[in-house]
Amino acid sequence: MRAGDGDQEDHVNTSVTADRIQLAERAYRVRRNSVLMGEVQGQGYVAQALDIADVLAVAYFHAMIYRPDDPEWEGRDRFLLSNGHYAIALYGALIEAGIISADEIETYGSDDSRLPMSGMASYTPGMEMSGGSLGQGLPIAVGRCLGLKRKGSKSFVYTLFSDGELDEGSMWEAMLSASHWKLDNLIAIVDVNNQQADGPSSQVLAFEPLADKLKAFGWFTQRIDGNDLDTVIAAFDAARHHPEPQPRMIICDTRMGCGVPFLEAREKNHFIRVDPHEWQLALAALDEGRNA
Amino acid sequence: MSTITEKPRLKTSAMIASIAAEGQRTKSAPFGYALVELAQTRPDIVGMTADLSKYTDLHIFAQAFPDRFYEMGMAEQLLMGAAAGMAHEGVVPFATTYAVFGTRRAYDFIHQTIAEDNLDVKIICALPGLTTGYGPSHQAAEDLALMRAMPRMTVIDPCDALEIEQAVPAIAAHKGPVYMRLLRGNVPLVLDEYNYQFEVGKAKLLRDGNDALVISTGLMTMRALEAADLLRKDSVDVGVLHVPTLKPLDVPTILQEVGRSGRLVAVAENHTEIGGLGEAVATALLCNGVAPPFKQIALPDAFLAAGALPTLHDRYGISAKAMAETIKGWLG
Ligand SMILES: Cc1ncc(C[n+]2csc(CCOP(=O)(O)OP(=O)(O)O)c2C)c(N)n1
Ligand SMILES: [Mg+2]
Repeated sequence: MRAGDGDQEDHVNTSVTADRIQLAERAYRVRRNSVLMGEVQGQGYVAQALDIADVLAVAYFHAMIYRPDDPEWEGRDRFLLSNGHYAIALYGALIEAGIISADEIETYGSDDSRLPMSGMASYTPGMEMSGGSLGQGLPIAVGRCLGLKRKGSKSFVYTLFSDGELDEGSMWEAMLSASHWKLDNLIAIVDVNNQQADGPSSQVLAFEPLADKLKAFGWFTQRIDGNDLDTVIAAFDAARHHPEPQPRMIICDTRMGCGVPFLEAREKNHFIRVDPHEWQLALAALDEGRNA
Repeated sequence: MSTITEKPRLKTSAMIASIAAEGQRTKSAPFGYALVELAQTRPDIVGMTADLSKYTDLHIFAQAFPDRFYEMGMAEQLLMGAAAGMAHEGVVPFATTYAVFGTRRAYDFIHQTIAEDNLDVKIICALPGLTTGYGPSHQAAEDLALMRAMPRMTVIDPCDALEIEQAVPAIAAHKGPVYMRLLRGNVPLVLDEYNYQFEVGKAKLLRDGNDALVISTGLMTMRALEAADLLRKDSVDVGVLHVPTLKPLDVPTILQEVGRSGRLVAVAENHTEIGGLGEAVATALLCNGVAPPFKQIALPDAFLAAGALPTLHDRYGISAKAMAETIKGWLG
């Protein structure tokens, strides 16, 4: 995590390998937190949390500048979770970052918890937007970027959204706008897990070739394996250091359930139920991957 | 964290929560099966959705008539615009999504492309009012107000599985745009005990009572019937007038029932206190010079909390128990 004073622009690493090993451990812990939250409810968007954990680990422990004890610190990079149902994943990262206490895991999704199933800014420290109505993150991000530029701020706005959100016209309006305004402080990440509520995203509403579309829209576009840490790290670095005045998009192809082989193998589903005994198996599978 | 499993089961704010009470009789996917049955004799009907077929019971129709089913993707504005286009070509679309997205996201598209042209599009929306604990993004507390305000729109809030089954052919036979709230999944079955028949635009007295009259719509009618049973034990006699069609409102029937003097009138709806059945009835009464003791049982004008549905229904006063207590308090 680059939770510094905001002055150091370049992240300085003693060694690339050490950073990678540390990030793998972070991703493991994000996954573990999410599985523990899933266990509290016995159900949920756990497969998505597992697919996006590597991206969140790189965002929160490699790329972003923030202060865990002051989540509203003016100099922070903003992170907008557009796909609010991925809150279970983001909480995993916010807990690992020390912004939320691990003690709150057992309240996940319960009455009066600060960790509702759908991410909401008014409930949770570190949650920058309320995202249950999909297709709103990128429009807000455009405004955040414009606002930061007005203030002369050097902060980045990161926003994560899902492939289902590519169906919403509002996202494409924002893509036009971000390019129009040359928002070089915007780094958008789309999770292409090829799943949405009614089935595989590519079959629900065809959106390929996605990278070509975004390039044509004027975005600096990278398409990567979102579950390959080295590639994710490189993509975030390239997005941050890209010299041209244009918005940056990282298209992440991911595998739902990544890190828990029996969930990965299961028929893909937007909302999964997991049998009580399987949560321990899921944790064990994560441990196995960690030690491998 | 193995201690978690030993703790009492926590209450969930999951998106999909059942409104059926423990042990209540239910029917599975009444909308889906009713639409399949109707479509056998109505080749002009198609089903359309915005990535929510499974969550609006339209998947039943999709399985029965794959070539009459249109998956439009999670694009609610497109859904409404395309439904309008279909209707221009003589097709009768049943378009489904959640109530929040059908109304709040796609409002102008419904207003301009469907309602202004008086098109035969049936908009069927799940998770009406407070029927999910998922938070304001999915809680359609103001959908009736929005749709009532739209010229030409017929607005229906069915009570149970039977009424949904009866409403499907009725709204298909009705010319013009319709907004219908949908209960999906395992839907409570209540009205079969009342020899009930749905008709567009008609209110029906389900139960008579001398102390108070509840005028209710949607699932609040089943709650009102339960509350009336609870109050009967306290010797309080409550009548229930069910108003499934909010627009056009059955003013003659409402006037007739309210006209019987002396009773408290309480309007109950699964909706914000603003712009729904309560205000519609109040306006109708005052404009006709009728002013009974009048109360509203409705959701507050606020962004509602996330949490378990039973918790929230108690908190906001729309559970049967909360309703019975409130009415008893009013009667003093
Ligand atoms: C505007 C809007 N329309 C519909 C929904 C209902 N909905 C919730 S999640 C979802 C699927 C979205 O696709 P994606 O996020 O890619 O699904 P996942 O990868 O999590 O399965 C839908 C349609 C919503 N939340 N917001
Ligand atoms: Mg997806």
